[in-house]
Amino acid sequence: MTDLDTFRTETRAWLAENCPPEMRKPVRSEDDVCWGGRQFTPSTPAQKEWLDAMAAKGWTVPDWPKAYGGGGLTPAETKVLREEMAAIKARNPLNSFGISMLGPALLKYGTEEQKLDHLTKIARGEIRWCQGYSEPNAGSDLAGLATSAEDKGDHYLVNGQKVWTSYADKADWIFCLVRTDKTSKQGGISFVLFDMASPGVTTKPILLISGNSPFCETFFDNVKVPKVNRVYEENKGWDVAKYLLGHEREMISGMGLASSGGNPLIDGAIATVGLDHNGRLADPLLRASIALFEVRAKAFGAMSERFIDELKAGKAHPAQPSMMKYYGTELNKGRYELMMAAGGSDALEWDSDRSRGGAIPRSWLRTKANSIEGGTSEIQLNIIAKRILELPA
Amino acid sequence: MPLYLDDDQTVLQDTIRDFVAEHAPVSHMRALRDADDATGFSRDLWKQFAEMGFTGILIGEDQGGLGLGHVEAGVVLEEIGRNLSPSPFLSTAVAAVAALKGTGQAERWFPGIIAGETIAALAIDEGAKHRDIVAMTAERSGNGFKLTGAKRFVTHGHTADLIIVAARTGGSADDTDGITLFAVPKDAAGLTANAERLADSSLAARLEFDGVAVDADAVIGEVDAGRTPLDRLLRAGRTGASAELLGVGGGAMDMTIGYMKERKQFGTLIGSFQALQHRAAHLYSEMEVARAAVLKAQQLLDQGSERADEAVSVAKAMTALATTLSVQEGIQMHGGIGMTDEYDIGFYMKRARVLAEMFGDANFHADRLAVAAGY
Ligand SMILES: Cc1cc2nc3c(=O)[nH]c(=O)nc-3n(C[C@H](O)[C@H](O)[C@H](O)COP(=O)(O)OP(=O)(O)OC[C@H]3O[C@@H](n4cnc5c(N)ncnc54)[C@H](O)[C@@H]3O)c2cc1C
Repeated sequence: MTDLDTFRTETRAWLAENCPPEMRKPVRSEDDVCWGGRQFTPSTPAQKEWLDAMAAKGWTVPDWPKAYGGGGLTPAETKVLREEMAAIKARNPLNSFGISMLGPALLKYGTEEQKLDHLTKIARGEIRWCQGYSEPNAGSDLAGLATSAEDKGDHYLVNGQKVWTSYADKADWIFCLVRTDKTSKQGGISFVLFDMASPGVTTKPILLISGNSPFCETFFDNVKVPKVNRVYEENKGWDVAKYLLGHEREMISGMGLASSGGNPLIDGAIATVGLDHNGRLADPLLRASIALFEVRAKAFGAMSERFIDELKAGKAHPAQPSMMKYYGTELNKGRYELMMAAGGSDALEWDSDRSRGGAIPRSWLRTKANSIEGGTSEIQLNIIAKRILELPA
Repeated sequence: MPLYLDDDQTVLQDTIRDFVAEHAPVSHMRALRDADDATGFSRDLWKQFAEMGFTGILIGEDQGGLGLGHVEAGVVLEEIGRNLSPSPFLSTAVAAVAALKGTGQAERWFPGIIAGETIAALAIDEGAKHRDIVAMTAERSGNGFKLTGAKRFVTHGHTADLIIVAARTGGSADDTDGITLFAVPKDAAGLTANAERLADSSLAARLEFDGVAVDADAVIGEVDAGRTPLDRLLRAGRTGASAELLGVGGGAMDMTIGYMKERKQFGTLIGSFQALQHRAAHLYSEMEVARAAVLKAQQLLDQGSERADEAVSVAKAMTALATTLSVQEGIQMHGGIGMTDEYDIGFYMKRARVLAEMFGDANFHADRLAVAAGY
């Protein structure tokens, strides 16, 4: 038996013992998702138990160093852990922008103090983060941002407005792009971290087409940000911002993957349309659409595996996350379009059990944002064209 | 196993890439076509393939082969696809070898295949679409069998030394069981082969079996249990065709991107137009996803995984979809020149269509996935 086999056996046993049965069922609604943070109240005791057990082993962030609250696992061990979790349909113990976005950026650009302080809290789910990138006049043209940070010696004074800040009202801290030099577009941006409880920070929720309100307009009025909270050098925040965006795109691309356990699209279609005497879906065109969609979805599953393997081995093109983000999000929109078609009028019901408590129509509407958030599909295609295919400007 | 080529496979890729580009570039295929070559490929080139060991790529070292896997065979096929090189590699060194492997027939045919002397053809399809149907009959007669029926779309069927034939020794046309696989020599009495030139200028035969007598020892594997070697043949053939398609689609894409960087209109390179950039970037994404699907299928096949069959259908369907897009966008982005016979891009379109159809098109494989998933 190799060390990896031993690790698999031990991991399987540990998960069997420590993953509560309720945490092996699919998430039904947003309330079921564990985001951690100061305002977090677990929806069930099992949710808290699962988070604590995983955090204690460093397995909320299995491949981070142990010193920063991680599990210190190798890429191969991390893969085994994910496989074993998938095998029992274990829920993600902690969802967090800290894990998927800020963490990798701090690991690369943060000071030792910043890592020790912030990463450990992210790993344990103690602090929930939000992302202050977009502004009313800086969306796709992100580097055109105007929120200013004035140098006041040991601190900056931050003034301006952010928009589309997901969960700004529920987050404890923000990672934020600010302008420290007006004379240079990309070379005048700094990357700062601050507490959302700081005086001068206000948030205003924005209602979405899904009926949910996950994001906000965020206002900064003379917010004091200590300079020790700046990540990397002054005016070099764009490097950090881009690096983080790569990880954000990677995370969003994961939405293109079918959820573990069963296939809601196929199960849903069978439930509403039924099977004919040959055991085929009774609507042949819907069946064909689903089958051709599944070809792409399964192929994209292989692509995700390849992408992660290549990333870990340092073989991936640095702009490849754009391709993953583009393909994965377009695919996910397609999946929900089909899910609605398969569900028929059941899927239209805003709150009923037949639409899984409204999860189907709300998710369908939510997925439309996949190809907008984290940089639109058009922006990803621009990046692929220029950086990978090296097409002329 | 990580989902990218390892160091040895990359070295093989470099070797084969140089070899095929030098000896069998698109101009080689064009020359064969212009000469209306009756064989359809170059036997000399095939000999060279044999000297490099590639004809025995999937044959074990104990039997004189290279003892490599489907990943490596795919590396070769991708370059064959990229250069549109006419070659019996897929039918002979991949699909036929997979069928014969581990059976009593291996000893008889492997030496000739390794030496580059034996060309194999696969007599599988009976209709204009690849289906899981075997209507052709094999009746017991003496201590052997008599084969009666017809097969189509048999690549190299008119020149092959060995024809692998799926026939029915029991049951009815669409039964899974009751199939026996035979290794039929080309000069068997009662066998006629009519070669047709296809759209891509390759040759495929229609075979008529009029009571063709074969000995009992022509059976590959066991009587009535032909499903097993046939499945091996199909999985290898489908995966191999996917790899070749990947080469065709990738080759067309590279040509197109190259053209976008040199063709000027309105005083600027057409590659700077966003409408074209976005389509090129989309095409790149489809091809990358297809590439991952192919490697996944190859690796699972080499591991003997239960999940291989699904992955093979995903790969075959996905490469057909992506490559079709690639050749269509290729011609469109070349504009008028793309429609000329003088320019190569059109050849890619023709080859892609043939390979997309071979061993089942995208719809066939999507349907297989649906059936396996219970809908
Ligand atoms: C659900 C959701 C969550 C989000 N969460 C956050 C968050 O937490 N923090 C945060 O900072 N931001 C967040 N965003 C904002 C998101 O990053 C922006 O919406 C996105 O970058 C697009 O900017 P925009 O909305 O200003 O659109 P615009 O930039 O105005 O784009 C409008 C249209 O023009 C197209 N376009 C623009 N420029 C080009 C070009 N050069 N070439 C071709 N087409 C172009 C776009 O693709 C789009 O179709 C979120 C957005 C959504 C929808």
